[in-house]
Amino acid sequence: MNRTNRMGLAAAAALVALHVGAPLASAQETLKQRGLEVFGYWCAPCHGAGPGNPGTVALSVRYQGVKPAALEERTDLAPEVTKVFVRSGISIMAPFRKTEITDADLEALAAYLAPDE
Amino acid sequence: MPLPPGVSRRDFEAALREFEQVVGEDWVFSSAEDVALYRDAYSPFWDEDEERLASAAVAPDGVEQVQAVVNIAGRYRIPLYAISTGRNLAYGGAAPALSGSVVLDLKRMNRVLEVSEKNAYALVEPGVSYFDLYRYIQDRGLKVWIDVPLPGWGSLIGNALDHGAGVTPMRDHFSAQCGMEVVLANGDVLRTGMGALPGAATWQQFKYGIGPLIDGLFSQSNFGIVTKMGIWLLPEPEVVRSLRVIAPRHDDVIAMLEILSNLFYSGVIDSHVQLTSPVLNGARDAERAALLARTATAEDWDGAAERRNVPFWNLRLTFYGARKIVDARWEYARERYAAIRGVRYEDGPTYGFPMSADERSRVAEKNIVGIPSLSNFAGRTPANPEVADGHMDFSVIVPMDGRAVLEALKTLGHAFAEAGAGNLGTIQSFHTRALLLINSFPTMRGDRDANRRVRAAYERAVKVAAEHGWGQYRVHAGFMDLALATYSFNDNALTRFHHALKDGLDPNGILSPGRYGIWPKHLRELKGSSA
Repeated sequence: MNRTNRMGLAAAAALVALHVGAPLASAQETLKQRGLEVFGYWCAPCHGAGPGNPGTVALSVRYQGVKPAALEERTDLAPEVTKVFVRSGISIMAPFRKTEITDADLEALAAYLAPDE
Repeated sequence: MPLPPGVSRRDFEAALREFEQVVGEDWVFSSAEDVALYRDAYSPFWDEDEERLASAAVAPDGVEQVQAVVNIAGRYRIPLYAISTGRNLAYGGAAPALSGSVVLDLKRMNRVLEVSEKNAYALVEPGVSYFDLYRYIQDRGLKVWIDVPLPGWGSLIGNALDHGAGVTPMRDHFSAQCGMEVVLANGDVLRTGMGALPGAATWQQFKYGIGPLIDGLFSQSNFGIVTKMGIWLLPEPEVVRSLRVIAPRHDDVIAMLEILSNLFYSGVIDSHVQLTSPVLNGARDAERAALLARTATAEDWDGAAERRNVPFWNLRLTFYGARKIVDARWEYARERYAAIRGVRYEDGPTYGFPMSADERSRVAEKNIVGIPSLSNFAGRTPANPEVADGHMDFSVIVPMDGRAVLEALKTLGHAFAEAGAGNLGTIQSFHTRALLLINSFPTMRGDRDANRRVRAAYERAVKVAAEHGWGQYRVHAGFMDLALATYSFNDNALTRFHHALKDGLDPNGILSPGRYGIWPKHLRELKGSSA
């Protein structure tokens, strides 16, 4: 299941929980929701799934099927890994400044791409 | 990290504290880790003494904050290097032209202030990217298009100020600007064109205002910080339709471009054109290098095309507008090209509008239909598994004339082959009366020797081009002095004029020193130049 669908299910689950009087979505879910938005704005134009995304093409060549090329399909991205790539860049990807992706947004992005605990 | 030239550590620290009082502690960046984010990731000087490095960065969130920062910088004589989105990669990125400058990062000023569907314009701040304005327009269902350059993360203002371009009839981005707000070195704010008239009803519709037209002074320069700009938009067309003209022989380019110039000057074409040669462009090979190294005849070149089983030229025209008019112009252009013996055509792609979101997602070349993307920001691909870390562009203006285009392609192709560096580009029409040849040089963060070879090849190419009368239209920040030195008519009269303006408008030299070869007096004296 891709991560976007996972987030959709999480949101649906939160709504169901609301109706049965459970607590609102956890802080972690809120963080991941923000991470999804950050990914959509800053990362998806290059790393989105499907054709025409040069970051995804580059990773498919790099990993040769050993790992998924689309970042949202990865299950091995520890938060620190995401942070290093965003702030250091790699290959033709230049780093992102804090006026682009703030530290708070980077935390959210890293949480969104991290494997579920 | 370097300090601003001539500024003490104590004054520098004091200025940073004052910047913090204006913009807040979170928006002044002075740690090594944060300032490193302002390095040019594609720098051909990476990790060498000549790499241009910032001392700090400050990110205001409004024109009043920009004014306050400029006033503080003026008191401490601290150079500020203004960037918009900082994504001018291949031309220097977010790094300053002068090491030790404080980067004035305008990315937080990202408001779309107005979009007029009826009169097809937008008014934006410098941090607004093509993606941002596109989303704003799409969210509201407005029937206007932006014109996008290839990577969509750039700033509309920054790209226009650096004379960037796209593909639609609005592709010449500085030509499509209408009305600026500018902060000057003394902290004053001015508005250009009709914006000087308080309550102006036509700031984004009439460029001239009254008196001298000064907007150009703020492009490719350092005379002010542009905090707002009007941009003309394109009403959504009914249709976009391309025509490919494929001609078999070397000499066909002479007729091709004679027809093309007439089509442009008569208004039949008003959009981007790309001319590619499958023989002259493409991966380096020994046969082409040998032909370039001697005075090969047209027949020699035609032989190469035959051996490769390719036509010599491929010209792509694109038409925008109402279907009846587009079809008539398309047909007329095709008829004109029928004069070339053996010519072939390809029709399309053709796109009709309005388009659904699903249709938009399936368009291969999104910039053709005004959709910003990063799809051309190609890195590693199956066909090209080993890539450089970056590149810098070398873009020269050449005449809209077949013989001149042949000479430019062959001369620069030969120069790159001899140097063992440089990728010969294709011919583009970002402007109506001249053509552009955009070449690139690879850069590597881990290979200083390769970067040195590239720099030597680049510098040689600048000189070779200038000797032929071909000047650059836009320059990498590391080579601005070199480029401006080629525009040397009458003992550098142009640069002397720039410097007279600089000394009058910015006597302390705090705005982007060195940008486009314009230096304040005290730094000119340090460099030992009288110009």
